Amino acid sequence: MSLQPVSLYPIFAERVRSNIPVALVTVIDGPHVGATMLVSPSTDAVGTLGNSELDRVVARDALGEVEAGRTGVRHYGPQGQTTPEDLVDTPTVRVFIEAFSPPPTMWIFGAVDFTAALAKVAKVLGYYVVVCDAREVFATRRRFPMADEVLVSWPAPLFTQRGAALTSRDAVCILTHDPKFDVPAVQGASATNVGYIGVMGSRKTHAKRLERLAEVGITSTDQLARLMSPIGLDIGARTPEETAISIVGEIIARRTGRGAPSLRDSDGPIHK
Amino acid sequence: MRELLNDIERWQQAGKQIAVARVVDIEGSGPRDPGAAMAVNEDGEVVGSVSGGCVEGAVVAEALEILRGDKQPRLVKFGYSDDEAFAVGLTCGGIIHLFIAPLTW
Repeated sequence: MSLQPVSLYPIFAERVRSNIPVALVTVIDGPHVGATMLVSPSTDAVGTLGNSELDRVVARDALGEVEAGRTGVRHYGPQGQTTPEDLVDTPTVRVFIEAFSPPPTMWIFGAVDFTAALAKVAKVLGYYVVVCDAREVFATRRRFPMADEVLVSWPAPLFTQRGAALTSRDAVCILTHDPKFDVPAVQGASATNVGYIGVMGSRKTHAKRLERLAEVGITSTDQLARLMSPIGLDIGARTPEETAISIVGEIIARRTGRGAPSLRDSDGPIHK
Repeated sequence: MRELLNDIERWQQAGKQIAVARVVDIEGSGPRDPGAAMAVNEDGEVVGSVSGGCVEGAVVAEALEILRGDKQPRLVKFGYSDDEAFAVGLTCGGIIHLFIAPLTW
């Protein structure tokens, strides 16, 4: 709007493309409708909503929202008042805070056929996909062109270097079937805040894996309860592609806390 | 909006006027979450979506009216029980609030 001395769009687009967290803040009701501001961590807000106090308060809130990856409408007084008594008999400003956070990450261990299918489906859902396998012959870009990164590495170094960045939005899927690789991958993942840990293998493999995990000290119920193993929803998946769908279905259901029955066979709202 | 950037920039380079419609709030059941966005240029070209397809047509009409008329942003809502101006049905029965504004920032 006329309030903007600089063009915000190029800055916005640049931050979104570079995966720099940014909140696009817009007045949708009240004075200066359409006024826009951009808020990112560790840098000054750009643009104005028409009042410097309002800018300051909204920028503070927007920072929290962008860090949490939350999008929604908030209400303020014209000078950024937020306490209910300050808002009595005051026209409110409704502000839409839209958070653009970096995409969630999926780490897939094991460079197998299931990996290619899972990486493909994860890309459809917007994940940043990392494929990791210690075997140079298999962990190649040519086999996984859809992945954002293909790493030749054992699990431990990857978790040491980048494990701390994993959050509840991220997923670790371990598809190797090889205890040499599975065990350190589960160990590494269990030490992070990652939201989903899935491990492939038959029930028999899973039972054996539990013994090996016990040998390396992963025994607590809390740790074991985080493991989705055998991985995936029980939809009768057979092919790598079907299995990939069953895995991402499980990731979604775990995030939303749903039991994943058919909608027809349940009731209550479909969304939320 | 992330997925609209390339198209928006193509239109900007061609000197087109652009309006962006964003879902800002949902009451009850809604097909897309807040942040779902579509962009419309002055020629009526459209990218993105704000619902499961139920209200897109009406949003385009609204966006073009803004671009060709007063250029003022507006807040509009669509809902199945809505007896106000925009009686466009949402199949899921919720109410969707949209902010439609010219891309001038």
